[in-house]
Amino acid sequence: MLSVRDLTGYYGESHILHGVEFQIAEGEVVTLIGRNGVGKTTTLRAILGLLDRQEGSIRLQGEEILGLRTDRIARKGIGYVPEDRGIFASLTVEENLLLPPVVKPGGLTTEEVYGLFPRLKERRKSQGTKLSGGEQQMLSIARILRTGARLLLMDEPTEGLAPVIVQQIGSIIAELKRKGFTILLVEQNFHFASGVADRHYVMEDGKVVDMIPNDRLEAEREKLQQYLGV
Amino acid sequence: MATETQTPVAAPAPSGGVGQRAWLFVSLIALVLLALAPFVIYPVFLMKALCFALFACAFNLLIGYVGLLSFGHAAFFGGAAYVTAHAAKVWLLPPELAILLGTLFAGVCGAAVGALAIRRQGIYFAMTTLALSQMLFFVFLQAPFTGGEDGIQGVPRGHLFGLLDLNDPYAMYFTVLAIFVGGFWFIHRIVHSPFGQVLKAIRENEQRATSLGYDVSRYKLMAFILSATLAGLAGSTKALVFQLATLTDVQWQMSGEVVLMTLLGGIGTTTGPVIGAFLVVMLQNYLATTALPATVVIGIVFIICVLVFRRGIMGEIGHLLRWKL
Repeated sequence: MLSVRDLTGYYGESHILHGVEFQIAEGEVVTLIGRNGVGKTTTLRAILGLLDRQEGSIRLQGEEILGLRTDRIARKGIGYVPEDRGIFASLTVEENLLLPPVVKPGGLTTEEVYGLFPRLKERRKSQGTKLSGGEQQMLSIARILRTGARLLLMDEPTEGLAPVIVQQIGSIIAELKRKGFTILLVEQNFHFASGVADRHYVMEDGKVVDMIPNDRLEAEREKLQQYLGV
Repeated sequence: MATETQTPVAAPAPSGGVGQRAWLFVSLIALVLLALAPFVIYPVFLMKALCFALFACAFNLLIGYVGLLSFGHAAFFGGAAYVTAHAAKVWLLPPELAILLGTLFAGVCGAAVGALAIRRQGIYFAMTTLALSQMLFFVFLQAPFTGGEDGIQGVPRGHLFGLLDLNDPYAMYFTVLAIFVGGFWFIHRIVHSPFGQVLKAIRENEQRATSLGYDVSRYKLMAFILSATLAGLAGSTKALVFQLATLTDVQWQMSGEVVLMTLLGGIGTTTGPVIGAFLVVMLQNYLATTALPATVVIGIVFIICVLVFRRGIMGEIGHLLRWKL
């Protein structure tokens, strides 16, 4: 589905990514984990072409997308849930939901989306700003399910949320996996990540340094704790 | 951190329907008032105010809903006035065609200016529009058909669709009113269409809109062209009302005036630009009969507005009533 090779990325003069490499197969849920500031968010932004400069290769279903304009990349079928959730405050929940363009056939219908997120249906006339953090997060995920994007990039969807909401987000990700979405997740909450993902890529200093399948987690716990510095 | 318990306070769901009905009611009253107004108030004053109101609404489409401050809208307004005046006076075209030509001209100019200007943001965008509109000003100053400092005078109003004699002040007034209402309604539709929502999204955060898959430049350009075209419609109409097209309408001061009207009424509100335009035109008309210098008084009003009610008149009222005006 997605194959990233030798990806380097810059913000202005600062060199953040130093040759990131990883692959995701169709239908997988994969996380990028690592300490703060190792380049996880930057990697997601690089996939979408949002950095000042990026080099290397990013292939989506075999097609090179590095170097394309951000809106073109999104239209190839990549849905992005940014760290700040990216809800438009001047639009209502429903307007936010219907805003992203449908880029490919096969997306969920609005009714199916509301079926996954009944809370959003209740609040569909509310202003984007009037939502709680959890509702904003759900809206941010919900709105890209309509578009037909099959690869979802999620940047810390559980950050700052109450445990109940984190659980809900977890079951939604599991449901999306069942529906065949491919998901790349940036996560600090390792407990959460281990509950939803198939594999984990560990990042350090702008590079992927290790890959741990979810079923090897227990065995590799010690190594992992070293990586994460816990 | 917002919690679940706080949220129900602000659910305006039921007011949606009521708001719409209230809107309809207010619009009807406004229409009736505007229809009766020329029998009480001097029609030429009303027509002038309506032309500027449409101009301000067109400008507001850009600044209020896309967040682009154009400082060159006079070129579209005044340029369209020249084309309409020339078409009616020299080519002897009927008024509807003269207006159409002027409006089209503004749209084409808007496409050219917009295509260059939207590549930059903020002050650079504003300065690019100003520079390009100054170039157009120079063209209108030098071109043989515009009459230089004299402008084009004695433009015949003609017969609308060959039937309605626009020399009758009431016929002219209702034509202007129809154009204004049409333009206002069109802008209202744009703002509330999916296209308008993308514009608002772009205003709020360009990068977010891009990462959802929108080609932001295309949307900005479309909005710019629409805004310029509607500004042209206002300018064309004004040329027929006053039977005149002069340099005043293409000068950069006119670009400033429309900023003032929109700010005063309330940027990003539906009705604000109309109120702002009426207020400024009223002040100008009134001050012209007194010894007070109009620019100074309007300047003071502007400063008060910026200091005391920054959302503009309708913006502040809307904020107080928690209602979108």
